[in-house]
Amino acid sequence: MTSYTAAAAVAVLAAILADLFVLRTALVRGRTWWTAYGIVLVFQLITNGWLTGRGIVRYSGDAILGSGRIVILGDGRIVYAPVEDLAFGFALVLLSCAVWVWAGARTRSSPVPKG
Amino acid sequence: MLALVLAGTLPLHRRYSLGVLRQPLRLLLAIVPAALLFVAWDLAATAAGQWHFDPAQTFSARLWGLPLEEYAFFVVIPLAGILTFEAVTVVISRRRAP
Repeated sequence: MTSYTAAAAVAVLAAILADLFVLRTALVRGRTWWTAYGIVLVFQLITNGWLTGRGIVRYSGDAILGSGRIVILGDGRIVYAPVEDLAFGFALVLLSCAVWVWAGARTRSSPVPKG
Repeated sequence: MLALVLAGTLPLHRRYSLGVLRQPLRLLLAIVPAALLFVAWDLAATAAGQWHFDPAQTFSARLWGLPLEEYAFFVVIPLAGILTFEAVTVVISRRRAP
C-alpha cells in the first residue's frame, strides 16, 4: 500500500479546493502563483535532493511509488526525492500562500494581488 | 539547508521592498495553521514508519519523535514560498505598469 502516495494526492487536492472554494483566493487560476511555484520547484529539487540523496530523510519502500532505493532519477524518484515529496511541497506552499493572500485582504487595506 | 533557504529568500524582502515581515499577524495566520496540519501528517507518517530521519545527520534533540529542525522546516519553507510569491507579484505588476 503506497500510503504516502495517497496522502500526498489528497493534500494537493485539499490545498487546491481550499484555494478555490474555501478561501476563494484562486491563486491556481493566476500567473503569479505558477511563476512563483516554478521558482520554488527548482529550489525544492535542490534542497530535497540534498536531504534525500544523503539519506538524511529515508523512506519506506512500502509507502511510496518507488521501491525505496535511493537513485537520482527513476524508480519513483526525481533528483533522489520520491515524487510524493513534490506533491507534499506543492500543497504546503500553496496552502500557505493562499492563507497569506486571504489574510492580507482582512488584516490591512491593500488590495488582494491578482494573478 | 534551512539557513541556505533563508539566505536565498530573505534578500528578496529588501530587494523588492516587500513588507512581508512587517505583517507578523498575517504571517502567523498564513504559517501556523498549515504548519499544524503538516506537522500532524509528519508525526503520523513517521509513527507509521513511512519515513524516518537519520540520527547521525540530525540533531539528537527530538520532540514527539521528530528532530527539532523538522519543526523549523514548516516555518522556513512556507516563509520562503510567501516571499517568492510576493516578489513575483511585484515583478509582474511592475512589468504591467512600468
